[in-house]
Amino acid sequence: MANYLIKRILMLFPLLLGITLITFTVIHLAPGEPVEMQTAMSPKVSAQARARLREFYGLDKPLHVQYGMWLSNLARLDFGRSFAPDNRPVLDKIKERIPITISLNVIALILEFGLALPIGILAAVHRDTLLDRAISVFVFAGFAVPTFWLALLCMYFFGVKLNWLPISGIHSLGSDALPPLARFWDLAKHLLLPISIATFGSLAGLSRYMRSTMLEVLSQDYITTARAKGVRERVVIYRHALKNALLPVITLLGFSLPALIGGSVIFETIFSIPGMGQLFYQGVMARDYPLVMGILVIGAGLTLVGNLLADLFYAVADPRIRHGRG
Amino acid sequence: MTLSRCLPLLLALMFFAGCSQGAPEEKARAQGGAAARGSSFVTGSIGEPSNLIPILSADSASSDVAGLVYNGLVRYDKNLKLEGDLAQSWEVSPDGLGITFHLRRGVKWHDGHEFTSRDVLYTYRVTIDPKTPTAYAEDFKQVQTAQAVDPYTFKVRYAKPFAPALASWGMPVLPAHLLEGKDITKSPLSRKPVGTGPYIFKEWVPGQRLVLEANPHYYEGAPHLSPYVYRIIPDNSTMYMELKAGGIDMMGLSPVQYQRQTGSREFLARFNKYRYPASAYTYLGYNLRLPMFQDVRVRRALTCAINKEEIIQGVLLGMGQVAHGPYKPGTWAWKPKVDADPGYDPARASALLKEAGYVMGQDGILVKDGKPLSFTIMTNQGNDQRLKCAQIIQRRLKRVGIDVKIRVMEWASFLTNFIDKGRFEAVLLGWTISQDPDLYDVWHSSKTGPKELNFIGYKNTELDRLIIEGRGTFDLAKRRDCYYRIQEILAQDQPYTFLYVPDALPVVSSRIKGIEPAPAGISYNLIKWYVEQ
Repeated sequence: MANYLIKRILMLFPLLLGITLITFTVIHLAPGEPVEMQTAMSPKVSAQARARLREFYGLDKPLHVQYGMWLSNLARLDFGRSFAPDNRPVLDKIKERIPITISLNVIALILEFGLALPIGILAAVHRDTLLDRAISVFVFAGFAVPTFWLALLCMYFFGVKLNWLPISGIHSLGSDALPPLARFWDLAKHLLLPISIATFGSLAGLSRYMRSTMLEVLSQDYITTARAKGVRERVVIYRHALKNALLPVITLLGFSLPALIGGSVIFETIFSIPGMGQLFYQGVMARDYPLVMGILVIGAGLTLVGNLLADLFYAVADPRIRHGRG
Repeated sequence: MTLSRCLPLLLALMFFAGCSQGAPEEKARAQGGAAARGSSFVTGSIGEPSNLIPILSADSASSDVAGLVYNGLVRYDKNLKLEGDLAQSWEVSPDGLGITFHLRRGVKWHDGHEFTSRDVLYTYRVTIDPKTPTAYAEDFKQVQTAQAVDPYTFKVRYAKPFAPALASWGMPVLPAHLLEGKDITKSPLSRKPVGTGPYIFKEWVPGQRLVLEANPHYYEGAPHLSPYVYRIIPDNSTMYMELKAGGIDMMGLSPVQYQRQTGSREFLARFNKYRYPASAYTYLGYNLRLPMFQDVRVRRALTCAINKEEIIQGVLLGMGQVAHGPYKPGTWAWKPKVDADPGYDPARASALLKEAGYVMGQDGILVKDGKPLSFTIMTNQGNDQRLKCAQIIQRRLKRVGIDVKIRVMEWASFLTNFIDKGRFEAVLLGWTISQDPDLYDVWHSSKTGPKELNFIGYKNTELDRLIIEGRGTFDLAKRRDCYYRIQEILAQDQPYTFLYVPDALPVVSSRIKGIEPAPAGISYNLIKWYVEQ
């Protein structure tokens, strides 16, 4: 097992290196440089000023030198400074945005699983009934309706018409002065709409997946046997069937982990949520190479670690894998 | 508890958790509480400022905030004439080469230090320092010598008379005592600025808001509205809903919002709408290196065939005016009547094209030497107004036998692959009109190289001479003559078809008083705005 673990960890490094190389190349292939994005079409900026800015960012050096510098910084866990005019450390910018994105995604994920699994089970148990169809219509409505449209509609109704909920942002002005409980309440109000809409939009996939795995399990022989033996339907479903039906779904939960740090651009823009999606989008549009690379490397790193953990769990469960006979 | 019972309860809990009566700031306002005795002011911005040291940023969000925190030596008044700001007065030497600024006494930086000529000298030096990554060095590079004669006198001398020089001293002055001898790119002032202006920086919550407070020691008196909150709302629809819900006090409306969505009695009771020409124009520019556009008759015909009024009605819903040249209507350099200007006249367009040798082909497209009169208008993605404008032009030009295709491109790709390389036929773009009417960068023939702004390749020796003459004198009447003649030449040559100057359409909460619209817009006297008790 130790050998397997060491081998897998060692394999991560060339993989991560490959990812950074491809990403670096691709982002530099996109037309436009950070300096141009800042200065294009400005009568105030001469060619000399532009050259000076390029030199400041190190863009005057050949691409392989730039990559080498970036890589040697990364080896010291230094993600460099942003090419935006603020010139702040990339890590500082990410640190500012990541807590809100992770919090939002974790809550949305808990809600999504908390709602989609029971909905899927309910639909499977009441297969082809009116309830099943009603659930289908409900979850597919969430899937089919464009998120931004639903978001704007809800903002208008709950925010402008009824004036019950805040429309955008995550805190009210002056909320810093509120006592802790009131501040939490204020935050909850701000997050209610975004989280509800995000959850509603993602119910369909998971609940349908849950429904189909549940149906598959329910058609197994041991379920038929249990029923034949006169076990109560409740016990058959929630004790015998559910455990097995949940296993593939838990794998899905594993896949969701890296997605926790990536935010949604559309969503964060509409609700003015200062998350990672917005930051990444701004970085790409401004050709802020260090920022984009920083976010991608962290994302890639998490994905690799997630995959490694999943493989390790499999290896623990199935010895054939760690002995290379799988 | 079964799921069917649990679900509604959960939803109900979420619903009630979120519902209460109004946000804290609204409550505070309604109660006349500490949220500023009813005098806080909240505005929205699509973008977040990037750097609050003004020479290091080029985005409008940064300059909006910096404009409230810093002062320059001079500024534009309500009628767009230069007046003293940190400079009480100035003199231009008789030879037009030297300017002596007499600085205001007793002005304090927000940290209590006194403002002196040392600060002005530092700002000048750091701006031209090759190590400073700034886009604003050009105007200051014209300076031959700069001298802090005494704490309240600052003197500059130029190699040749340079009229835009005076306006260039409107650049915000930076605090020498906090920056001198330090690396400006790593200064904490980029996030926590210290200026001399009407507002003092208080906090910046990234991605959410920036808060400023009134400067009680401001030399013109403290602003009435405080705190001044600058909320970052990246989506225009969201900002509009925030406005309607009372989350912000001011925003710029789109023509549709202005005309069709804000006319209700309820809205007009809560907000005041304003309308005045924006400092920008939209144009159709032709690549003059292509044989097709080298014939002035073709360019004049194109302008005659385009109905600018129709574009203003269709695209701006009437919220703008026809542009004939590169100046904002009503400003001193703008010529009210340009004789050479071709108006909308499709018959004349056809006659001009016939004169240029074009004959109607069988498919309804004009032909000359076997080549159809056909070109592509390129414009940038994300600007719906420009796309609509191109479509209207396409339809009008088809009527006189010109085939037009439209291509919409992502901005960076558009610039890098097409504009910079001269690979375009016609472009639909816009320029911001600067307060100083100097046209050197966009229209002088020396600016036709790669990555320069005269990318259409327009060259006219008389125009070149007039541009140099106009920027080489401080005599306003002489400058005006130059710019009047330039407008005649441009109308004659039609290197661009100047399309329209849109209107700025700000809306402000009606609780805010003291707003006096003027040629400079409405924000020039922001520190005098107040809320009635």
